[in-house]
Amino acid sequence: MAVDAPLGWHPGLRESATFDRNAIAEIQRAAREGMYDIRGFGAKRRVPHFDDLLFLGASVSRYPLEGYRERCATDVTIGTRFASEPIHLDIPITIAGMSFGALSGPAKEALGRGASEVGTSTTTGDGGMTPEEREHSTKLVYQLLPSRYGMNPDDLRRADAIEVVVGQGAKPGGGGMLLGHKISERVAEMRDLPPGIDQRSACRHPDWTGPDDLEIKIEELREITDWRIPIYVKVGASRTYYDVALAVKAGADAIVLDGMQGGTAATQEVFIEHVGIPILAAIPQAVESLVELDMHRKVQLIVSGGIRTGADVAKALALGADAVSIGVAALIALGDNAPEHAGGYAEIGSAAGFYDDWQAGRDPAGISTQEPELAARLDPVLGGRRLANYLRTLTLEAQTLARACGKSHVHNLEPEDLVALTIEAAAMARVPLAGTSWIPGVTAIS
Amino acid sequence: MTASETTARTALSFDLRVESVRELNRRLHEEAAAASGAGPVPVQVLHPDGRHSIAVGLTADYDVTIEGHVGYYCAGMNQLATVRVRGNCGVGVAENMMSGSVIVQGSASQAAGATARGGLLVIHGDASARCGISLKGADVVVRGSVGHMSGFMAQKGALVVCGDAGEALGDSLYEARVYVRGSVAGLGADCVEKEMRDEHRDQLAALLARAEVDADPDEFRRYGSARRLYNFHIDNVGVY
Repeated sequence: MAVDAPLGWHPGLRESATFDRNAIAEIQRAAREGMYDIRGFGAKRRVPHFDDLLFLGASVSRYPLEGYRERCATDVTIGTRFASEPIHLDIPITIAGMSFGALSGPAKEALGRGASEVGTSTTTGDGGMTPEEREHSTKLVYQLLPSRYGMNPDDLRRADAIEVVVGQGAKPGGGGMLLGHKISERVAEMRDLPPGIDQRSACRHPDWTGPDDLEIKIEELREITDWRIPIYVKVGASRTYYDVALAVKAGADAIVLDGMQGGTAATQEVFIEHVGIPILAAIPQAVESLVELDMHRKVQLIVSGGIRTGADVAKALALGADAVSIGVAALIALGDNAPEHAGGYAEIGSAAGFYDDWQAGRDPAGISTQEPELAARLDPVLGGRRLANYLRTLTLEAQTLARACGKSHVHNLEPEDLVALTIEAAAMARVPLAGTSWIPGVTAIS
Repeated sequence: MTASETTARTALSFDLRVESVRELNRRLHEEAAAASGAGPVPVQVLHPDGRHSIAVGLTADYDVTIEGHVGYYCAGMNQLATVRVRGNCGVGVAENMMSGSVIVQGSASQAAGATARGGLLVIHGDASARCGISLKGADVVVRGSVGHMSGFMAQKGALVVCGDAGEALGDSLYEARVYVRGSVAGLGADCVEKEMRDEHRDQLAALLARAEVDADPDEFRRYGSARRLYNFHIDNVGVY
């Protein structure tokens, strides 16, 4: 076997655990290009996650609900604190903010169609609200971001909620960059910049700094919208306990908490993999903060970052979240990384299941692109249908697990229903290590 | 609601020691449709006492006069209305203004006119740091001086400074134009002085006339983007 053959191991060849093939390839790439790697997707490293938790199904000490007969509700109302028109969602799974610009028009339309079909919300992103997105989204959350690209008070009033974005899980403390080759005429016009130039998204808002200012900013947004629609505050998971407390103090109706596994359209690899904390560790901090303020279930907690299955949804809710939000998974449901595009991925040096160059604008699936011929590959009706199917599956899975724990509403899931497979997960999630009553950092080993 | 009608049919007066900012904004939002098309509707706001979010989100041809100092975000996201402040302003006056005009008789705090997309902001005193930050098409005229990082990441529109400018003027500027009559403490990344051609003198003269500021366009210098940082290149990393 040749040494340089793909995966060409033979006896005597020992790969370094420190300088593994990915590390070597990155050093070589950096030396060749002189620039850090920018990519999309989310963190790829293994971190403690919902996979490290298990549900304790009902038995003698608890009784379950019949899976196909007894009701297990899934609805959630967000924005009950101050908004006169809170959002009522049929399922506790929302679509995260993703920009037109990062995503194609058909992709944004498909997200709206899919979310609307199952009675949940979708969210705009950097670059503002497109008419297609508003038309196809029965419940649309409008993001107020530091760049304020496309920010328009008419759209603000057309929205069903506002999300003040302080940070996101893929890059807490960082701004963004939509690279010039994705800046079409339409994207450029929406963002008030010439086509073809890199569009930086600032890391801080231009007109407020710190929690005291944020409180005044939220008040302004409420005044402009006549206290009608909910205002969320989105933070990347880092100093979560304090960030949540300060967002509540600033007047948020809901907190959107994005763990480090959360996706991005274009961020430095070093940022994606090395900043922020896993969502598993962040949720208990957020809940602790809300409980201490007597705001748990009054200020709704929406969590995101690595939600893939109904089990992830159920576990997030059991830890105290009111809803979850999905981004990467929603794009995969639309067709991202699908085997049917294998040829297209191969042409650009990637492969189905690995593609993360969402910043490059050459997406064979027509999702993370502004090239008309590529974008046309995504049928927004079919994409919307696929997303709706996926959302229904997640909901059914979460209901299945909730019924098995004897819960008539997915919100009745609780930490007591969970155990952890690892000490790390037990410490982060603050649930016992399976088979013990030990919660590291909370209880003594008995 | 205790807002009282004054002299004209549609004239409104609010005393913010009696009524809340919420009452003021709600009334101006509710009556926007009725206020449109019949000429400016005069609105007087008394005793603002530094309150925040006064006259925000207006969408009609109001002519609002605020008799005193205001807090944050006065006239935020303004559309069509003229808002006059007979005092000083807190942070973010006329932020994200779409159209209309905002005239400040005194000075303004940080981020005046932040991200404003249209209309005219006139500050007769000084403006603090980051005046015109992320400007997206509006015009800002400051009769006095501006603080550091003014025009930061400004995309479109114009910032006119009749006095002096602080450090890092126009840092990471895009296509906005900056005119300064006095001294400039320093230019930010990718901001350079540019030739003042007739088209710029004409634009500046028109802006000064709209702002009712008596100044000679020939006394100003123009600054703009060198456009070296429009697309990231590793060789430029030292200037960030």
